[in-house]
Amino acid sequence: MLLSLDSVSKTYTDALSTVHAVNDVSLQITEGEFVAVQGASGCGKSTLLLTAGGLLRPDSGQVQVDGQDPYALTNDARAEFRARTIGFVFQQFHLVPYLNVLENVLAPAIAVAGSETETRDRALQLIERFGLSDRQQHVPAKLSSGERQRTAMARALLNKPKLILADEPTGNLDHQNADTVLGYLADFAADGGAVLLVTHDDRAVACAKSVIHLQNGRIAEPVANAV
Amino acid sequence: MTVWRLAIREIRHRKLSFVMGVISVTTAVACLVGAQTLLRADRVITEHLLQAKQSEVTEAIAAKEESVKQAGVELEDAMRKHMKGLGFNILIIPQEQSRSEMLLDGMTATMPEIYVEKLGQSKIVTINHLLPSVTRRVSWPEHDRDVILIGTRGEVPITHRGLKKPILDEVAEGKMVVGHEIQKELGLKVGDTVTFQKTEFTISAVHPERGSTDDVTIWINLRQAQELLGMQNLINAILALECDCAGDRISAIRAEIEAILPGTQVVEKYSQALARAEARAKAKETAESALAQEKESSQAMLLREEQTRNQLEQQHAGFAAVLVPLVLLGSAVTIFLLTLANARQRTEEIGILRAVGLKARQIIQVFLSKAAAIGLAGGLLGIGLGFWIGWALGGLSTIGLPWQQLFAEGDLLITIVASPVLALILTGIASWVPALLAAQQDPAVVLQGG
Repeated sequence: MLLSLDSVSKTYTDALSTVHAVNDVSLQITEGEFVAVQGASGCGKSTLLLTAGGLLRPDSGQVQVDGQDPYALTNDARAEFRARTIGFVFQQFHLVPYLNVLENVLAPAIAVAGSETETRDRALQLIERFGLSDRQQHVPAKLSSGERQRTAMARALLNKPKLILADEPTGNLDHQNADTVLGYLADFAADGGAVLLVTHDDRAVACAKSVIHLQNGRIAEPVANAV
Repeated sequence: MTVWRLAIREIRHRKLSFVMGVISVTTAVACLVGAQTLLRADRVITEHLLQAKQSEVTEAIAAKEESVKQAGVELEDAMRKHMKGLGFNILIIPQEQSRSEMLLDGMTATMPEIYVEKLGQSKIVTINHLLPSVTRRVSWPEHDRDVILIGTRGEVPITHRGLKKPILDEVAEGKMVVGHEIQKELGLKVGDTVTFQKTEFTISAVHPERGSTDDVTIWINLRQAQELLGMQNLINAILALECDCAGDRISAIRAEIEAILPGTQVVEKYSQALARAEARAKAKETAESALAQEKESSQAMLLREEQTRNQLEQQHAGFAAVLVPLVLLGSAVTIFLLTLANARQRTEEIGILRAVGLKARQIIQVFLSKAAAIGLAGGLLGIGLGFWIGWALGGLSTIGLPWQQLFAEGDLLITIVASPVLALILTGIASWVPALLAAQQDPAVVLQGG
């Protein structure tokens, strides 16, 4: 089991209201699985993703990633665990604006000790694989949306994670680039990795092996995808 | 990819923030180094000025001392000569010599020449030099005029004393010394030969004008004078020079001489010489007093100069003591605000970096690396700028750059060496809190916001 959420809840409270962003959610994702989470805006999809990624501590419930509860670790240990185990892809790409493509891809390498040469070689392989070889010295501002998302994908894969958490990765892409990104995610799952994809995009849903509908922070019904 | 590379990339991306930070640190370090250089320059220039003035004063005093010393030597010599020239202090003449007659017609009475030997062999202590002479107003027939002839044999030693330097040289036989008036009237000069009462003499010396009977006097050897005057083995007077006869001791001298040479009398002839000597001694005393005053006023001037310079140094030190901490504080606050603004500006990228696995301490390192770069650049620039300002304001260019003196006490060197370290500490401390705040940002908040 690569990802296991057991009765996870996360509530946001302010002076005026209480929002149950994630309410008693349980799910499991194994190696090779590509799971899509669908739901209306504000239903808790992103909160679920961040909780699963060790970035947002749940109020209750248990999170296990690759057999380890990330919230049982210290902050620094959790950061390193995240760097080694999980890759993130976001709708807004979240690239560092002053780093070029190669440097952005290499950014997660700062977090983990390793051979600089090997890491650089892997980054270059990923850049080539994602069709960015001729753009590797360009900063994000000079890239197209598709190129930025592919850069983010390459960055997510640098440390050979077991799990990719993708939050609306096709939200800002045209059809062609969206298909490309989804293809990469599918390939990652096919190679034994696990993907948890939060999306509105039906084409993205179509790529997933199973789909979870989230409604007011709860799982409505798990659906095995026909594909 | 390293933290340092990340910091460098960010610096290149946000140049303005970096430049402002560097300017702030440069200002602080320049202020510190400038103040220290200025203070050191003050000291160096003070030492330089005082040394120069001390040297000037020492030279001036030495010149004056030499001048006074020389004046003293000249005075002593002049006194000796004047005393001799003016007929000196006491005159020993025969008892029967009438003083009125002596003053009106010259000396007429005689006494044996042996008296002077007797006096020289006695134990007398009150006189120093003995000059026997014959003196007579005579005619110089070859030139048809009258002159005063003095025959002198030079000094007779007082045997119980050590040999003293003679103050009057003997006039050798065949030589003649002439007074000013005679020399002038007869057109004589040293080396000329003249005939006096059928005897040839060579002029050996010519006295300058004295305004006394000396001007119409000729001096020849005593023996020749005695022969010319028919006064063999006789003399008219014994001149006693440099005797210890000031004040009321004259009576003691008289008693002492009369005991040795009965039938003589002692005539006091010292007043004019003494008056002149006293005037000169007074002048010497005045010169020495003026010298002492000048020394005192020079020392006072040096002291005033030193006090003025010390006041200036204290003013500068006081000003620096207020300014430097203020500028350092201002710089620290500026760095703090710049780093805080930078941290806020970088909220998203910090969230991203945290999400991809960077630890809190690595985020802090990113900020501190930038702070170190600012501190180092600002520190080095500040040293150069501060040193230049201190050098220019301190006026070191006016005396050349005395490097050795400037760094002699080591405080400036320590300041310069320590400044980059101080700058690093300053930027480190000022950046620490903003870096901590940045590291504590919750990446989830950033990513959800995105």
